[in-house]
Amino acid sequence: MTNNLRFKTSKFIDETYRVSFKFNNKTYFGFKGDTLASALLANGIHLVGRSFKYHRPRGIMTSGSEEPNAIIQLHDNSSRTEPNVRATEVEIYEGLVASSQNCWPSVNFDIGGINNLLSPILPAGFYYKTFMWPASFWEKYEYFIRKSAGLGKSPKVADPDIYEHKYIHCDVLVIGAGISGIMAAKMAAKNGFKTLLVDEKSYLGGSSIYDNSEFSKINNQITSSWLEKEINEISKLENLEIKIRTSVAAFHEYNFLLARENLTDHLPINQRENKVRQRLLKIRAKKVITATGSIERPLIFDNNDRPGILLSSAIKKYIDLYGVACGENNILFTNNDTAYETAMSLIQRGIKINAIIDNREQIDSKISYEVEKNNIEIYKGYTVVDTCGYRRINKISIMKLSKDGQTVTGDKTKLNCDCLGVSGGWTPAVHLFTQSGGKLKFREEDQVFIPNVYPSDQISVGSCNGDFGLEEIISNTLSSIKKFLDIDNSEYKTVETISGLNQSKRNIWLLPSDKSIGKTKSFVDYQNDATAKDIKLALREGFRSIEHVKRYTTTGMGTDQGKLGNMHALGIISETAGTKMGEHGTTTFRPPYTPLTFGTIVGRNVGEFFDIFRRTPIHDWHVANNAEFENVGQWKRAWYYPKDNENMHQAVQRESKAARDSAGILDASTLGKIDIQGTDASEFLNRVYTNAWSKLAVGKCRYGLMLNEDGMVYDDGVTTRLGENHYIMTTTTGGAANVLGKLEDYLQTEWPELDVYLSSVTDHYATISVCGPNSKKIVSKVIPDLDLSDEKFPHMSFKNAKIDNIKCRVMRISFTGEHSYEINIQANFGKSVWEKCMEAGKDFNITPYGTETMHLLRAEKGFIIVGQDTDATLTPIDLQMDWIVSKKKYDFIGKRSLYRSDTIREDRKQLVGLLTENPEEVLEEGAQIVADIKKSPIEMLGHVTSSYYSPNLKKSIALGVVKGGKNMLGQKLIIPMENKNINVTVADPVFLDKEGERLNAKL
Amino acid sequence: MFLINCPFCGEREQSEFKAGGEAHIVRPKQPTELSDDEWAEYLFMRKNIKGIQFERWNHVHGCRKWFNMVRDTSNDQIKAVYKMGEKPPVK
Ligand SMILES: [Zn+2]
Repeated sequence: MTNNLRFKTSKFIDETYRVSFKFNNKTYFGFKGDTLASALLANGIHLVGRSFKYHRPRGIMTSGSEEPNAIIQLHDNSSRTEPNVRATEVEIYEGLVASSQNCWPSVNFDIGGINNLLSPILPAGFYYKTFMWPASFWEKYEYFIRKSAGLGKSPKVADPDIYEHKYIHCDVLVIGAGISGIMAAKMAAKNGFKTLLVDEKSYLGGSSIYDNSEFSKINNQITSSWLEKEINEISKLENLEIKIRTSVAAFHEYNFLLARENLTDHLPINQRENKVRQRLLKIRAKKVITATGSIERPLIFDNNDRPGILLSSAIKKYIDLYGVACGENNILFTNNDTAYETAMSLIQRGIKINAIIDNREQIDSKISYEVEKNNIEIYKGYTVVDTCGYRRINKISIMKLSKDGQTVTGDKTKLNCDCLGVSGGWTPAVHLFTQSGGKLKFREEDQVFIPNVYPSDQISVGSCNGDFGLEEIISNTLSSIKKFLDIDNSEYKTVETISGLNQSKRNIWLLPSDKSIGKTKSFVDYQNDATAKDIKLALREGFRSIEHVKRYTTTGMGTDQGKLGNMHALGIISETAGTKMGEHGTTTFRPPYTPLTFGTIVGRNVGEFFDIFRRTPIHDWHVANNAEFENVGQWKRAWYYPKDNENMHQAVQRESKAARDSAGILDASTLGKIDIQGTDASEFLNRVYTNAWSKLAVGKCRYGLMLNEDGMVYDDGVTTRLGENHYIMTTTTGGAANVLGKLEDYLQTEWPELDVYLSSVTDHYATISVCGPNSKKIVSKVIPDLDLSDEKFPHMSFKNAKIDNIKCRVMRISFTGEHSYEINIQANFGKSVWEKCMEAGKDFNITPYGTETMHLLRAEKGFIIVGQDTDATLTPIDLQMDWIVSKKKYDFIGKRSLYRSDTIREDRKQLVGLLTENPEEVLEEGAQIVADIKKSPIEMLGHVTSSYYSPNLKKSIALGVVKGGKNMLGQKLIIPMENKNINVTVADPVFLDKEGERLNAKL
Repeated sequence: MFLINCPFCGEREQSEFKAGGEAHIVRPKQPTELSDDEWAEYLFMRKNIKGIQFERWNHVHGCRKWFNMVRDTSNDQIKAVYKMGEKPPVK
């Protein structure tokens, strides 16, 4: 069966190098140079998959990246497995394993095939209409839909391959190495432009490189020979870089392009070790020349999707490039001259052509006369109305087209075949051009969209620009590139071309049938099983916009983005709606042009490089002491330090008790620190904080609240006046970068007259906070020279000090309500000072505590955490922090917003304390708060923002925001949970030591 | 991705920059004198033009300077960049 399908005359196939591979568990042979598709075809295999919705048998349809049907799973059951790969793009290698993916249990017997019989009840939008109701059933439907509709299988283990990203800057990028691309690259490189030429294929020259026809010649040479010499010449050019197997995925504004360079996919697995598999090229080009060619259009007729139906250009390529015949009894069906080129290739190899069906009544070209001379019957003015054959086409029915092409007449003739080549003309590959923001225009005479308005310094040449004839392609490429690059010397003296083709075409978007439209299956989108009938149904149901029709019918929404059928969909829409083409717009082609692997997208940013972690200078100590960590912004912060198999709750209870009873120590290095200097520093703080700063004495600290201009709380922290014109501001851990950005914004744009300089010094200092009744004794051991008496060093003040001759700043400030000190020291001494404190605190049971205990301790005191208890909808007044808002200051950021009609409403959500009726019951953070559960719908009054069990108070405490909560002290509210209602009482948010006795106790 | 000509550093990738909304909105010198409506006008109302728009940009992963940009939002063409406090070079 196979021998008569392979012609050992192609120079692209190395028949001395036999390659074995597995497809659906069966071993086959091909040759080096084959794609999986060409090797399967050489083995007589067309049927490679099932369609998405109806599970119809589908075969290889094209020979390139536009393939909608031959979508396979590579390396099944291995860590390298990859779904949705086009068999037409896979270069085979020894040991390749591939399988069909859209079939279950097998490609030849597929249970989903029943959908084909049910198709009258599976119209467009079926999935939307049916399975969405009742909503609760969706999970059940989904299981079966997913199982029988193959979307491929994603790998279950880590990808063993290496990927990387690379930036490339060039003067000229040429996309596509067909005839136009090769000429453009030569002209650019020879004229001194640093040029990059990329092509998605493994060879250069595009479809012309295997064009050996006598009917198209350049300078009296066969096209392929002329082009080979050109390629040979440019490969020696110094400022031209050529990359094959490189597919441009995205063309963004400002000539920024992403391309995937495939480096090892064509190699046997054992030769891929330690090599980069794929590289994402980030290209910034001064000028871009797009020469992406065109894609042959299929024809839309009943049952146009059977295995054995291919694009006529694909049949030609399989013969001329791979030496493979797609069938032994071929019929070509066309509306233009390109199918005759395929016919000549078949004739030259002695492959049988049973007939040619041509939509056109008149055919007048040298090549068609030559085909006719070979005694091949040409049915002029005919169309295919139906096809037969379940797993492979075996028959077609043809009828005569009426004059207007809208109906068929006369008798039906049946013709046998095992392969049908279709050609509906060509669609310029404008995908990248439109991605870049380019605007298209519709060319009425041959019904194509071509580039019209270029958004950047770029140009399209060759057939992607709508030039289809050889002479047009060459002369237009020469003249446009000369103009585009502004060069005098084109490098080409004279280029004379001969072509036996005529550009006439009879375009009929949906070919008529003797059956009513409802009884036909004329596929427009093969991958998603959208038919002409579906599109007409969508229009009948009132959809007009192409984007809506697309989503309703799923046309163009497959992994191929409808590269073959989108034009037909547009054509059918405009014919049915009676509008002009282009009036409905075109669908948007989105990046990537062909699917990218996740590996390529992430490159080296995997594992620990996926996201950056920031670690404090004391981090190693926390690790060595069994800390559990939590992520806060990019920081890894010690969360709690479990001892002897404690769980978090147990550890936090122990830590927080120790901090209040004796001494606790916290690594606070992650707090943002901004150094503020300048003669206007005080004035600046006055403007950015709600409270007054000018009277703060040198050596004193003050807590500040920062608002947005809308009056909502943005950040908070303690700022210390280090000198007359020198402050250090602390911010929340997560807010540090944003606060700096905001302050810089105001300084640069609103108040450039202020003499203020900001520097982020977060990473420069380690911050160690020692708190508790014994903190004073511990710190005095660590810094014996420092006078810690309340007179010399009262709460909210700061001292410069030295530990072993290393300068440090000590603040007496507290976030726990306990007597406490914060030691700030140059980061690299952080760990040793921490260890010193631990040593000094040994006798006092100094207990390291993490963020969880810190949160509990501050909640006992009713101190807010910006971002946990606030969410950018709360003013300081809502937080019951009126005391921090200066009444005297004329202005500060957000002041005016505090008395907008909305912010003075009494029923805003306000921060309150919550106590549960049962003191052992701990509320869930985020739980809803209501007053009346009988009312329907229940009115939501607010939610719980912080909740803990306090070992110091021996009861559950919580903070929450409640509508009008300020005036609800003592009122009973309800927290409805899944299986119970929890009764709570609104309380003062300060649960412990409201008078501050602990803070001010004489120690 | 845009290629942005920072007035202080020259051409850099867009990923180094942060967009900061409409430009030439001056913070009122005396907010307390304003009615709710006037303050809301400053605070909330933005033009969001399809076409030529004046906007603020910050070279956040570079010199950290704020500057202004004239951009056609319909096609993302950058018509001009200029420093804070300068008059727009185009209308
Ligand atoms: Zn800059």
